[in-house]
Amino acid sequence: MKIIVLIKQVPDTTEIKLDPKTGNLLREGVPSIINPDDRHALEAALRLKEAHGGRVAVLSMGPQQAIDAVSEALGMGADEGVLLSDSAFAGSDTWATSFTLSRAIRKMDGFDLILCGRQAIDGDTAQVGPQLAEILDLPQVTAVCGISSFEPGASGRSQVLRRVRGGYQRLNCTLPALFTVVSEINTPRCPHMERLLRACKTKTAIKHWNCADLGLKTQEVGLAESLTQVITTFPPKTRRKSEILEGDPRSVAGQLVDRLQDNKLI
Amino acid sequence: MPSVWIDYDRCDGCGLCAKKCPYDAVEMRDGIPHILEQCTCCALCLEACKRGALQTDLTARTVPDFSAWKGVWVFAEHQQNALQAISLELLGKARELAEQRSETVSALLLGDQGDPLVQPLFTAGAHRVYQVQDPRLRHYTTDAYTKSLARLVEKYKPEILLIGATDIGRDLAPRLARRVGAGLTADCTELSIDPEEGILLQTRPAFGGNVMATIVNRFSRPQMATVRPGVMEKRAPEPLQGELVAEQLEGGDQDSRVEILESWTEEGERIDLSKARVIVAAGRGAASSEGLELLEQLARSLGGELAGTRAMIEEQWLPDDRQIGQTGQTVRPELYIGCGVSGAVQHRAGMAASRYIIAVNKDPRAPLLSVADWSIVGDLFQVVPELISILSRRI
Repeated sequence: MKIIVLIKQVPDTTEIKLDPKTGNLLREGVPSIINPDDRHALEAALRLKEAHGGRVAVLSMGPQQAIDAVSEALGMGADEGVLLSDSAFAGSDTWATSFTLSRAIRKMDGFDLILCGRQAIDGDTAQVGPQLAEILDLPQVTAVCGISSFEPGASGRSQVLRRVRGGYQRLNCTLPALFTVVSEINTPRCPHMERLLRACKTKTAIKHWNCADLGLKTQEVGLAESLTQVITTFPPKTRRKSEILEGDPRSVAGQLVDRLQDNKLI
Repeated sequence: MPSVWIDYDRCDGCGLCAKKCPYDAVEMRDGIPHILEQCTCCALCLEACKRGALQTDLTARTVPDFSAWKGVWVFAEHQQNALQAISLELLGKARELAEQRSETVSALLLGDQGDPLVQPLFTAGAHRVYQVQDPRLRHYTTDAYTKSLARLVEKYKPEILLIGATDIGRDLAPRLARRVGAGLTADCTELSIDPEEGILLQTRPAFGGNVMATIVNRFSRPQMATVRPGVMEKRAPEPLQGELVAEQLEGGDQDSRVEILESWTEEGERIDLSKARVIVAAGRGAASSEGLELLEQLARSLGGELAGTRAMIEEQWLPDDRQIGQTGQTVRPELYIGCGVSGAVQHRAGMAASRYIIAVNKDPRAPLLSVADWSIVGDLFQVVPELISILSRRI
């Protein structure tokens, strides 16, 4: 039994700070983490492995420093890791990303299940999972919040719980399949210190593949292969007074309530 | 691999290239730009440079001839014999886009509910409804819906296809886009037509940072985009008539890879934050039972609702129907008070249209302060109790 988990290293967007004078993003000191939903996907895979045996492989695409995310996944209990890194991958949209990932998965000889987070907190598109399922011609279930049965093998199937607005669905899905998971599914474990250290030190369980390793030319990946392009970026519109109230807690609270009253908000 | 480089003889160090780069790949050092490793050769800096100092060996991609692709399509989502509000919102926007392209709007109606939903689609702005009636389409399934819609796209070739970023839309749109070979932009907050090139400009928060990005699908059709509910406004209904085109679901019953065994709704009312007049939002800074207790009290004293950021839902401090932001609900209350909310751009995408915004945060660098009308730089555990006590005396 083999499960492939897709993970992405992302900036922790809850830690984003702006320069109060210029309004520019302060990039330094923003920690990189494994995307939260992906961490839940990995936990789900590890639990299936504990119940059914087999192996868990993690696959990530990103710059060289994404090795930290892959190492952390090994520290949590994944058996092997693959990092796809190449400057040619830069600027990939979800079309190009799902294609590049599909080539790596074809090289990874077989799987019963692909698990990934529903969406990444930096891009927030929730597109790569379904697009990858389409390329690999797999059935997909998105927003999975529980896996109640899992029977891998020939004519394998799995029963899952899916979160939909206002409720749930219980579904039967043939295997192999691709599921995207939401945080409700489990509470991820912390990395095991010894395993983490071993993963960081030896790195033998991590393969590095570049564009050529996937049998691809540089014009078949990255921005060159993407169908969508960013043509401009701009700061979000603000037409606000942006007044900072000063004083001790009681005084600022009083000033605020005055303004609420002046504007007939209370 | 192609690259971008700088002809330093022409460069005057104005820094426009660094400003323009969406990937932070141009760095100004001592007034001179340097191109960093993360450059994707998107060539936006070339357009920005007034002196032609940026150069590339990149060959421009040719845009195929898409003149056969016409019209704006909207996927009409419905539940229990009622159209979802998002479908009406999208039809309003589609009408506006179609007018700029001198084209028509079509709605795609799949299911086995009969005709009662057709007229409301005309009323909301559709010139035409493509209807696929089949018992196999009664409930949404990825395979059957993707197959059915892909066939329509290939047969009629729409120029633009809009889908709501709902549970169904987010399952369907990426799968369909991949199948028909189209680029897709998720969760757009603005859509318009470029007056010169005639293509769809799709704006959304991007890069997990403090920016909005405008994205185009120049190299494929249809130009596909999803939009979250509540972002676009419905247009006033008009007693319009249109054309109904009946289509068949073709093919056998191979679509049984995923089978729905049962569906049920949750016990208890889900809160609809879009109706709240006042919203008090909790962020990481309020992540404790005392913090939430305080904010709940503040919300109550203002007759409002308590909501939270993605992190607060992720860490299970609040149920997921109280999430504001790109992943949660889009709200526009009269008054929004963010306490301990840093204000990542994804959160702001869900609340920036609030009439008045207040930020309470210890950190003067928190991005929420930049969009607030009034900010308090201070500890919410000291400020909020004072607020509650003053409010109890004055209201």
